[in-house]
Amino acid sequence: MTRYQTVAGVDLAIEEEGAGRPLLFLHPGEGLEPHRPWLDLLARHYRVIAPWHPGWGNSALPDWVGGVDDLAYLYLDLVAALKLERAILVGACFGGWVAAEMAVRNTAHFAGLGLIAPLGVKFGGVLERDIADMHAVSRDAYLALAWADPARGDVDTTTLPDAELAAIARGREAFALFGWKPYMHNPRLRHWLHRIDIPTRLLWGAEDRIVTPAYGERWRAAIPGASLGIVPDAGHFPLWEQPETTVAELTRFIDTP
Amino acid sequence: MRTWYFSEMAYHPAWEAGLARGSLRVVLPNGHVDPAVAHKLLSRYLDEFALCDEEGLDIMVNEHHATATCMTVSVPMALAVIARETRRARLLSLGNPIANRPDPVRVAEEVAWLDVLSGGRTELGLVKGAAYEIAPANSNPARLMRRYWEAHDLILKALSTHDGPFSWEGEFFQYRHVNIWPRPVQQPHPPIWMTGMSAATGRAAAEKGHVVGTLLSGGIAKPMFDAYRARARELGWEAGADRMAYAAVVGVGHTRAEGYRRADLIAGYVRTAPVVAEPFTNPPGYNTIPANVAMLKAGKKKGRIVADRNGNLIDATQASVEDLMATDTVFAGTPDDVYEQLKDFNARMGGVGHLLFFGQGGFLDHQDTVENIRLFAREVAPRIAELNRPRAAA
Repeated sequence: MTRYQTVAGVDLAIEEEGAGRPLLFLHPGEGLEPHRPWLDLLARHYRVIAPWHPGWGNSALPDWVGGVDDLAYLYLDLVAALKLERAILVGACFGGWVAAEMAVRNTAHFAGLGLIAPLGVKFGGVLERDIADMHAVSRDAYLALAWADPARGDVDTTTLPDAELAAIARGREAFALFGWKPYMHNPRLRHWLHRIDIPTRLLWGAEDRIVTPAYGERWRAAIPGASLGIVPDAGHFPLWEQPETTVAELTRFIDTP
Repeated sequence: MRTWYFSEMAYHPAWEAGLARGSLRVVLPNGHVDPAVAHKLLSRYLDEFALCDEEGLDIMVNEHHATATCMTVSVPMALAVIARETRRARLLSLGNPIANRPDPVRVAEEVAWLDVLSGGRTELGLVKGAAYEIAPANSNPARLMRRYWEAHDLILKALSTHDGPFSWEGEFFQYRHVNIWPRPVQQPHPPIWMTGMSAATGRAAAEKGHVVGTLLSGGIAKPMFDAYRARARELGWEAGADRMAYAAVVGVGHTRAEGYRRADLIAGYVRTAPVVAEPFTNPPGYNTIPANVAMLKAGKKKGRIVADRNGNLIDATQASVEDLMATDTVFAGTPDDVYEQLKDFNARMGGVGHLLFFGQGGFLDHQDTVENIRLFAREVAPRIAELNRPRAAA
């Protein structure tokens, strides 16, 4: 269920479910989608703490917040406020970028890092696109890039209530705010990934065309001791497209000493 | 009502390719431009601006980027040429897209230079820019208007400060030594214009006392002008017609058929300008949350749908001249026809002080454009100039 907590002056809406080892989950640019099965599945194993990023859902977006580094410090403050210890940090897509920004700063309260198709790092040359331009294609073309089966991601917005539509519009605006330029990455982050000093598992949808598994391989090589797993029949959102397989992958990583 | 002639300086030879591509903007490769043809067109368009000065019209220039609809990429550059070729016309930039400009001090410098060059004939439009201008500029659509207002304030301060340098440490712009040379002839700064499509813009412009302009739809203009007047009244002043501007396609001829034919050719712009690849029409943050909610509710849209005076919905990409006359997008016919239409429009809008006379567009050739400008300047402009003019005391 949703609860609210103020961290560093930012009013955050947080979904919290389950018991056991704390797992901080940072959601994709598309949103949190707590009604999809992934959250319940994950909460069978862990105490899942999933904040809506500032500007998404019912989380506030103060004027002064405008960078992914703000989000990194915000969630490090949240972890401290909740007194989490040996927690697992998991981020997907945009949330993976935020998680990486946290992990290069401070891993003291975390025992493991799961990155699911993270954005945020630029490996290629100036004429190469590491991250597909999600804002230069139609919604249909975007779904075809982001989902193994685009029908699984299609939402008929004409039937949704206004409050939900407003949340979608707010989230899209916030995604642009944090990721427009440089597009969905921090040019310097690559040079700090070596600081990540906790076990790290990268998970990638085999059919991801937003960031490809080859890009995931470069992430794996940049983080000391990291491993990369591929989720079949999934695109950019393995937790949404293949929730059972992806949650099983995560629990295997977390629960294997 | 004052008349400001403008033309987008289109590269219409590529329109067909753009329509086939599904976008005249952003993604249409510039391989479709023949620079030799563009050279001839630019020279011709500048001649047409120069003619306006001889004919007693004022001049407006706008800019767009990465598009076959408009070759003007820099208002100050175009106005610099026009300033040297004209003597009397006032020169309106409508405008400088300051939310997409990385360097507002440069904007202030350029307009000050232009004001000096033209002997104080410039008017400065500070505009948000259309949604599809975000991509060519790669400016962040989120917080766009906050960036706009910071640039606006900085530009006005740069133009009007003469004991600088001053420093500026803002959210979006930082300078340590703002001190533009030369400074503008018109003090504290040239007249400022804004553009928009909403009542909110009308209110915002009223708070600054700027001229507010909109285009091609009386249904959009009226609520914006009303909001301006209401806000001005709340603030204790009466906004006259000189604060309201409206851009429309105008085709005038010796016969009604000739006027319609010219308007029809210019209206090719109205039919092609909205043809833009979907993702560039609504970058996230460009439109308000309520506007986006309405769009998500409506689902996929087709064309540019506007309502006419009777509430009928019209797809501008397919519309006839008559359709477009019903939305106040086009005024057309003989000089008498056009005068009557503008007089009626002026009355319905509650007084519009500036007509932005879209007198050339795409396939209207030079000879027709010259005739359109001359007829309008000689037969219509002097008569509409009398609209809204306070009667002399008896």
